[in-house]
Amino acid sequence: MAALLTGCSSGSRTVRAASVKPNKDRKPAPDFELKDANGHTVKLSDYRGKVVLLDFWATWCGPCKIEIPWFKEFERENKDKGFAVIGVAMDDDGWDAVKPFSQEIGINYRVVLGNDDVAQLFGGVEALPTTFLIDREGRIASVHIGLSGKRDFENGIQELLETSRSASGDSSIAAVLVGAK
Amino acid sequence: MAPPQKVAGKRGGEVTAKLALSLGEGYHVNSNTPHEAYLIPLKLTWTAAPLEVASIIYPKPHDEKYQFSPDEPLSVFTGNFEIVTKFKVPADTTSGPAILAGKLRYQACNNTMCFPPKTVDVKLPVEVQ
Repeated sequence: MAALLTGCSSGSRTVRAASVKPNKDRKPAPDFELKDANGHTVKLSDYRGKVVLLDFWATWCGPCKIEIPWFKEFERENKDKGFAVIGVAMDDDGWDAVKPFSQEIGINYRVVLGNDDVAQLFGGVEALPTTFLIDREGRIASVHIGLSGKRDFENGIQELLETSRSASGDSSIAAVLVGAK
Repeated sequence: MAPPQKVAGKRGGEVTAKLALSLGEGYHVNSNTPHEAYLIPLKLTWTAAPLEVASIIYPKPHDEKYQFSPDEPLSVFTGNFEIVTKFKVPADTTSGPAILAGKLRYQACNNTMCFPPKTVDVKLPVEVQ
């Protein structure tokens, strides 16, 4: 008898984004409601106004373990600048697997338990890690499928934070001018 | 999955079935004995009636390092390999054809990404003589 192990044919889909998509090409990120380790509901739309790194991962995913320390660093360095990391764990075994792993590896950002429905909303998430950078307006600015370069993420995050900062600066000036009338 | 080859055995004897597996170049599955507890092992199980599973023999895994695990090698299977199952045919079992149902669970990765674990059905036609 012979079997071909399927689900292994999309290796060429790795996206190495050097930067983020232009505004006109960004599509709204689907909203979701998922539970974190404390049972609290987390809605992606609650993060509107922040730059979000949304990481689909699993404890059995070796490449995910390479990226998680980077994401911890991004969270630590940028959380006061309007940035947040959300980890969406796709483990079938749920918190029994995810909680001890998260504690062992010292994850310092919010982790929620994902499911197939949410994965479908984000295009299926056929391979892990799959990571989305979402701008302050809740739009998907870049997608990274598979292990990506740390610099790619850093560039994207900084670009989104800086672009948003300039945009909000412009708004403040406009508000002052209107208020001065 | 290619149609499995029928196997035949006499009552009171043994039957050997081979499950041939093939992975594309650059892909691996964890072996049946991964080094880390968090990794999902390759596992073949059978609902063997009317036969009895005597043993399931996996090939010898090999240790390989990957881009995402440069320091700690993983215990993996790659390329083409076989899992051998030996069944006992009970002396009191009814003769005639039967289908043994099995399940193969695996989790595959390449150098940069992993795919969700999958469980696929395996059906083995047997003839008890």
